[in-house]
Amino acid sequence: MNLTTSHLIALLPLLIVSATVIVVMLGVAWQRHHFLSATLTVIGLNAALVSLLATLTVTPIQVTPLLAFDNYSVLFMALALIAALACTTLAHAYLEGFDDRREEYYMLLLCSVLGAMTLVASRHMTALFIGLELMSVPLYGMAAYAYRNRVSLEAGLKYMVLSAAASAFLLFGMALLYAESGTLEFAGIGASMNQGGHDLWLLAGIGMMVIALGFKLSLVPFHLWTPDVYEGAPAPMSAFLATVSKLAVFALLIRLFETAPVTGNDVLHTVIAVIAFASMIVGNLLALRQNNIKRLLGYSSIAHLGYLLTALVASNSLAVETVGVYMVTYVLTTLGTFGVVALVSSPYSGVDAADMSHYRGLFWRRPYLAAVMTVMMLSLAGIPMTAGFIGKFYALAVGVQSGLWWLVAGIVVGSAIGLYYYLRVMVGLYLHEGEQSRRDATDDWGQRSGGVMVLLLAIAVLVLGVYPQPMIALIDAATMATG
Amino acid sequence: MILPWLLFLPFIGGLLCWQAERAGVAPRPIRWIALLTMVAVLVLSLWLWVTGDYQLGTTVGSEPDWQLQFRLPWIDRFGITFHLALDGLSLIMVALTGFLGVLAVLCSWQEIDTRIGFFHLNLLWIIGGVVGVFLAIDLFLFFFFWEMMLVPMYFLIALWGHSSQGKSPVHAAIKFFIYTQASGLLMLVSILGLVFVHYSQTGTFTFDYSVLREAPISGVFSWVLMLGFFIAFAVKLPVVPLHGWLPDAHAQAPTAGSVDLAGILLKTAAYGMLRFALPLFPETSQAFAPFAMALGLIGIFYGAVLAFAQSDMKRLIACSSISHMGFVLIGIYSGTVLALQGVIVQMVAHAFSAAGLFILSGQIYERLKTRDMRELGGLFGRMGALPGFALAFVVASLGMPGTGNFIGEFLILFGAFSVVPWVVVIASIGLVLAAVYSLYLMHRVYWGPPASETSLGGLDTREYLMMLLVLGLSLLLGFYPQLVLDVSHAAMSEVNHWFVASTSSPLSS
Repeated sequence: MNLTTSHLIALLPLLIVSATVIVVMLGVAWQRHHFLSATLTVIGLNAALVSLLATLTVTPIQVTPLLAFDNYSVLFMALALIAALACTTLAHAYLEGFDDRREEYYMLLLCSVLGAMTLVASRHMTALFIGLELMSVPLYGMAAYAYRNRVSLEAGLKYMVLSAAASAFLLFGMALLYAESGTLEFAGIGASMNQGGHDLWLLAGIGMMVIALGFKLSLVPFHLWTPDVYEGAPAPMSAFLATVSKLAVFALLIRLFETAPVTGNDVLHTVIAVIAFASMIVGNLLALRQNNIKRLLGYSSIAHLGYLLTALVASNSLAVETVGVYMVTYVLTTLGTFGVVALVSSPYSGVDAADMSHYRGLFWRRPYLAAVMTVMMLSLAGIPMTAGFIGKFYALAVGVQSGLWWLVAGIVVGSAIGLYYYLRVMVGLYLHEGEQSRRDATDDWGQRSGGVMVLLLAIAVLVLGVYPQPMIALIDAATMATG
Repeated sequence: MILPWLLFLPFIGGLLCWQAERAGVAPRPIRWIALLTMVAVLVLSLWLWVTGDYQLGTTVGSEPDWQLQFRLPWIDRFGITFHLALDGLSLIMVALTGFLGVLAVLCSWQEIDTRIGFFHLNLLWIIGGVVGVFLAIDLFLFFFFWEMMLVPMYFLIALWGHSSQGKSPVHAAIKFFIYTQASGLLMLVSILGLVFVHYSQTGTFTFDYSVLREAPISGVFSWVLMLGFFIAFAVKLPVVPLHGWLPDAHAQAPTAGSVDLAGILLKTAAYGMLRFALPLFPETSQAFAPFAMALGLIGIFYGAVLAFAQSDMKRLIACSSISHMGFVLIGIYSGTVLALQGVIVQMVAHAFSAAGLFILSGQIYERLKTRDMRELGGLFGRMGALPGFALAFVVASLGMPGTGNFIGEFLILFGAFSVVPWVVVIASIGLVLAAVYSLYLMHRVYWGPPASETSLGGLDTREYLMMLLVLGLSLLLGFYPQLVLDVSHAAMSEVNHWFVASTSSPLSS
């Protein structure tokens, strides 16, 4: 097919990010300069974000058989870009004290975002695979970025090995689907599923894909890598992993299931419901006894994706909207939490300050930073006045609408368990300081871009919690063009 | 515009206190800011009391007869509005909240000496949340405030609480939070269920009280939804199998926290039942009434026995609240106008007497650094006027004629007798137990051999006036309950109408 101008306009965000990767690489080849690399990255990401507005003028549009740009993909691209921007900001503060090559990090990050954006827009198995690998491979490097540090290296290796296994599942699943339906387009697969026939192979294929994607989303029982990687990877990278990669994969999952509906199939439907329920409960239970905040967030992310999976199981009129709203609130909150951890651990000096004792009495030293953390914990727990509550409200609403009482009960029980550890983190911020040696953010953290960023996130979480209507209207408009 | 002011004043005042502390203002002005905020809320609500006419509206229509309304669009997607409304019932509760808010600020005047700005931020935000609960008439908004007030209460207990029996206050605070939040989520699920039932019938989303009240649901589903509401309220009230958080939270909260907890937080539950659980699910509530009353009876006796077994003074008072709330539960579910009126009086009277007792035990704690009754004794004559006030509040708590508590309990039992005579007969025995544990408290703390003869310092002017005021109000309520009854009559008739209409004429109206 011929590419017209409108196709190029639709592709503009991807092109801009690709160009930025090259510019940053050339910049590093010419002269190593940390601030310059970071600035170029930020400029590139912002330009891509602005170019999404141009993309909106031509949506919905299909570019080559691989990619579909509709309002839905634009929404998640924007979210991925914003999260990447936040992670860049955090990484800049964090890497200032890093005694090794710092600039390559930004290239990895940009590559990964590119992969995420491809993934979000893909309507074809090939694009799915390219996007997923383009997103994941740089993540290995990012997780192991502080490779002299054993835990970081371990995190990178672990993620790589298990990711490779998941990719194998994914490819096998695709092969089965292709063998049965003769097409790699989501819509084509959906059509052949509706025809029935050799049901079993299609089902096995979809099942394999669910395993692979479930691994990326760290759903129970594919969650075992999560806490180790979250803990080992440097905080800004954990933030990236927890937000960009999760949201891209979930957006894809929804698109896959909306265009190739399997919800009519009882077995798969039940399997996904069980995965959702198990994720809620197991994630929360395992988080209970953690003293390391990064591990705790790893487990809590398992639970949150379990809540979110309710929307997929329900697949009703609210489902896509729920995913959008929940993802926005979850991404904002997770970024804020990791942001605080990254700021307290910045500049880099060995293992991150993620133990709860590091945060004891933070309020009396850094009131705003502690206030941000409080807001984020309340939001993760889903307390009113924070964005997290709106997300939880949607998750419950979507479950109630479809009468999924078990999953609704799972959300309620999971939230009750979750409260315990979120509150434990939160109250520690206000207690009097213990005897332990403590790490602290640098004095001028507030002036640093990272500090401003987490404050903005906290304000966003509060504003969206009190007045979510604009966000809901925006997400309502982000409809998916199926087919 | 007076309703949003009533609601937002405490929030604004709280922020002012916090910022004043951050700006390095001395403690005393901060306390004054908090006090003036609360006085403003109280004055506003009293002004509404005096100027409004709450006796009208005996004609019960489909649209509730609000004195004042305030409505703003909020989340259009789900038809959620920022809808505040006031009738006699909410007015009484809001005025009570304002008054207890003033008391809470006053009684922490000397008790709290660390992080004063942050303390008052939390205290005032609790009050703000409670006022929100009493005014919100959109179910989403109601839930919003219902959950929101937990956070400052959590901080209040966790950060300014006392350790007791080797347990840290954080433990009690987390327990309180999890109990109430988890049950709150059940209510949210019920609200959503109700909304979606309405949505499936009409195709529009709304969380509006008066619309949802008309939503016809029946069968098992309405039982499930009703229980969702009931459990949320039962945890807060508390009803016996769900009361586990209460003694700990009370024992470890600072005095102001206990006053707020016993005085108004428990009342939000009773309010919720009167406003939402009964009118939204009249038929199932009617069918559920025998179980609810049985739970109320268990609460009366279990609370009394539990109170008797305590050695911590504040735990004793806390357990006695369980017993008193048992009467409230029976009153609510008997559903006659007389009993419902009694419930209102009982709630107000209990707020006064419990607040008085909690403040007194706080004052004893300030002087002796213990609340353990095994170490106390013989305080009569050593503390100026304090034991005298204690005696007055103890007899109020056991329901002596002349105090509001008597009127409340009498009206509840009298009103319920026509419906459930046997329940009333059994509940009356609970009154005897109330006398036992109350006098036991009096005996162990104030009489008996004194530990020493030295004077411990009587009440200063602030404390004296505070106690005098509470006592005066308690007596006023006892001798002239008509003040409250007039205001609440229309609202209670309406509750009664919804409740009774469901059985007598299920098809009409």
